[in-house]
Amino acid sequence: MGIQIGKFIGVNIAKAVLLIIAISVVCFILVSASPVDPVRAYVGEVGMANMSQEALQQLNDYFGVNTPFWERYFNWLGDFVRGDMGQSLIYRQPVADVIGVKFINSMALMITAWIISGILGFILGIIAGMRRGSAADKLIKGYSLLLASTPSFWLALIMLMIFAVWLQWLPIGLSVPIGVDASEVSIFDTARHLILPALTLSVIGVANIALHTREKVIDVMEADYIVYARACGESTRQILKNHGLRNILLPAITLQFASFSEIFGGSVLVEQVFSYPGLGNAAVSAGLSGDVPMLLGIAVISAALVFTGNLIANILYGVIDPRIRRSMLHE
Amino acid sequence: MEKTKEILNIEDLCISFEQYEKGLRRVELNVITNLSVNVGEGEIVAVVGSSGSGKSLLAHAVLGLLPKNANVRGRVSFRGELLTAERIRELRGKEICLVPQSVSYLDPLMKVGAQVRHSRGDEDSIKRQERLFGDYSLKQKTAGLYPFELSGGMARRILLASALMESPKLIIADEPTPGLDLPLAKKAMADFRSFADEGNGVLLITHDIELALEVADRIAVFYAGTTVEEALVSDFEREETLRHPYTKALWRAFPRRGFQALDGVQPYVKDMPAGCPFAPRCGLAGPECAGEIPLRAAAGGTVRCVRFSGGEEINGGKEAKSNEA
Ligand SMILES: Nc1ncnc2c1ncn2[C@@H]1O[C@H](COP(=O)(O)OP(=O)(O)OP(=O)(O)O)[C@@H](O)[C@H]1O
Ligand SMILES: [Mg+2]
Repeated sequence: MGIQIGKFIGVNIAKAVLLIIAISVVCFILVSASPVDPVRAYVGEVGMANMSQEALQQLNDYFGVNTPFWERYFNWLGDFVRGDMGQSLIYRQPVADVIGVKFINSMALMITAWIISGILGFILGIIAGMRRGSAADKLIKGYSLLLASTPSFWLALIMLMIFAVWLQWLPIGLSVPIGVDASEVSIFDTARHLILPALTLSVIGVANIALHTREKVIDVMEADYIVYARACGESTRQILKNHGLRNILLPAITLQFASFSEIFGGSVLVEQVFSYPGLGNAAVSAGLSGDVPMLLGIAVISAALVFTGNLIANILYGVIDPRIRRSMLHE
Repeated sequence: MEKTKEILNIEDLCISFEQYEKGLRRVELNVITNLSVNVGEGEIVAVVGSSGSGKSLLAHAVLGLLPKNANVRGRVSFRGELLTAERIRELRGKEICLVPQSVSYLDPLMKVGAQVRHSRGDEDSIKRQERLFGDYSLKQKTAGLYPFELSGGMARRILLASALMESPKLIIADEPTPGLDLPLAKKAMADFRSFADEGNGVLLITHDIELALEVADRIAVFYAGTTVEEALVSDFEREETLRHPYTKALWRAFPRRGFQALDGVQPYVKDMPAGCPFAPRCGLAGPECAGEIPLRAAAGGTVRCVRFSGGEEINGGKEAKSNEA
C-alpha cells in the first residue's frame, strides 16, 4: 500500500514537472516568434530614441536579445528553479512578488466563486433532477443552458451595468476603494469589491454543475438500488439521503475540482472587465505591453494551478469511491 | 376454492408499457395480460416461467415499483383489502418484503451490513443481522464489504438476509437461488417453508420448476405474460392431472422424463398472437384458440385453455376489471 501511494505521488510530481517544462517551452517559442522587443517594452518609444548606443547595447545584453534560444531558455529555467522568475518590466518588481499579490487576489475571487457555484449548482441540479419535467426543472434547465452559452465578459458587463452603474450598490472595479490609503482599507472594503466579479463567475459556474448534477440525479433515481430502497419502504426523502446523495455527490465533487480550469479561464476575462487586480488582469497587461518575464511566470503558475485542481479531483475520486480505494489497497 | 385465509390475490392483472417507436409513433406494449395468482396463509406459491415471461414485472407491480410509463390494470388485494398506491407505500418493507433478482439492487457505495439492516444501527438489528449472516455461512466481516466485493452467491445471501431482517406477512422472492450451492439453496427454501408455516405467505419466482416442486404448495405456470395454469404440486406427479398443454410440455421436459424439449420459442411481446399465446406451439391448437380464453377452475387449480373441458368457468372476464392495482 505504501508503495502504491509512493508511486502515485512520484508519477504525479513527474507529470507536473513535465507539464511545466512543456508550457514554458511553448511560451518561450511563442514569445520569441512574436515581434515584441523587450528592450523597447522596458524603456518605451521615447526612451529608445534618446538612448545612447552603449546603453542600448547593455540592455540588449541584459535581456539576452542576441543570445541563442535554448541558452536563453535554460538561463530562465535555471533561475526559475532557484525561485527567481526575473524582473517584471511593467511593475519594475520581481515577478515572484507581483505574482504573489495577484495570486492571492485571484484565489480569493476564484475560491469564492468556486464554492458558491459548486453548492448552488449542486442544489439546483438536485431540485431539477428530482422534479424532472416540473416548472422548477424547466426554469433551472433553461437558466443553465442559457448561461452555459453566455460569454463571461458579456455577463460581467451586464452585471456591472445593473449593480454598479444603475443601482450603484457595488463598486465598479478594482479590489480597494480609490483614493484611500492602503492601511485604511478594511476587509469589508475588500469583500465589497469582490462581490460583483465573484457573483459573475459563480453565475456562470452554476450552469455546468447544475446540468451535470441533474443528469446524474435522473440516472441514479432510475437505478435498480433505488427501486429496491423503495421496495424496502423508504420514502423519497430517505432514499435521497441514504442512497441518492452519496451516489450523486461523488461525480459532482470530481467534476467541481476538474472544472477549476474553467473558472480560471472565466476569471481572466471577468477580472479584465472589473479591473480586478488578479492574475488574469496581470496576464492581459503583461501581454499587451510585452512583459515577457511576467507572462512566463503567470503561464507557469496558471498551469500549476489547473494541474493541482485536476490532481485533487483524481485523488478525491480514489478516496471517496470505495471501488477505486479498495482496489488500490488490495493490489 | 381456498381453504386458507388469503394473503395476496391478484386478479386479471394487465401491464403495458407506452413506448415511442421510430417516427414518434406511440405503441402500447402489452407485457402482462389477464394474470391471476393468489397466495394464502401458510402457503408457498411458486411462479414458474421462462425468461421474459413477466415474472419480475409481476413482483414489481405488486409493490408499486413499475416505472412511470407502465400502465397497470386489474386488481391486487392484500389480506382482503384492495391495494391502492398509497396503501402499497405503507405496506412495502414492513408487511411485504422483496428479495430482488440481482446485485444491481444493492447500493454500490454502501457497505452491505448497513444495507441488510436497512440503515438501522440499533443493537437488536445488529444482533439479528449477525445471526442471519451466521445462518447463511457469511463471515461476519462480510458486513464491511461493498457490493462490488461480493461473489454472486454471497450477494444472493445478502439479498435473502435483507428480506429476513424484517417480519413481514408476505415475501416475494425473485429468483432467490441462482448462484447458491445446493445446501445453501435448500437452507433458503427451508427458511421460506418455516416462514410460511408460521402463517405467512411466500411468492417464489423461479424458472427452476424442479426446485419449485420440492418446496412449494402450488405452482402458477407463466407463459408470455399470463398464467396458463395454477396447479397443486401433487398434480405434477402424473401428466394427466395437469391441465394445460404448456404445463404438460414442461412436465415432459423434466430430466427424469427424458428431456423432451418443446420446439419453438415464447412469442416476443410485440408479435403476440390473439387469444392463447401458446397456440403457435401447441399440438392441439385450432381456430377457437385465437378467441377469448376463459379461466376455468378444476380440482383445486385453474387453467386457461379452450381444450380443457372439466371444471367450471370463473367469471374473471371483462366486466369484473377495475382500474386500481
Ligand atoms: N420498462 C420496460 N419497458 C418495456 N418493456 C419492459 C420493461 N421492463 C420489462 N419489459 C419487458 O417485459 C417482459 C417481461 O420482463 P420480466 O423482467 O418480468 O421477465 P422475467 O420473467 O423476470 O425474466 P427473467 O427470468 O429473465 O428475469 C420482457 O419481455 C421485457 O422485455
Ligand atoms: Mg426477472
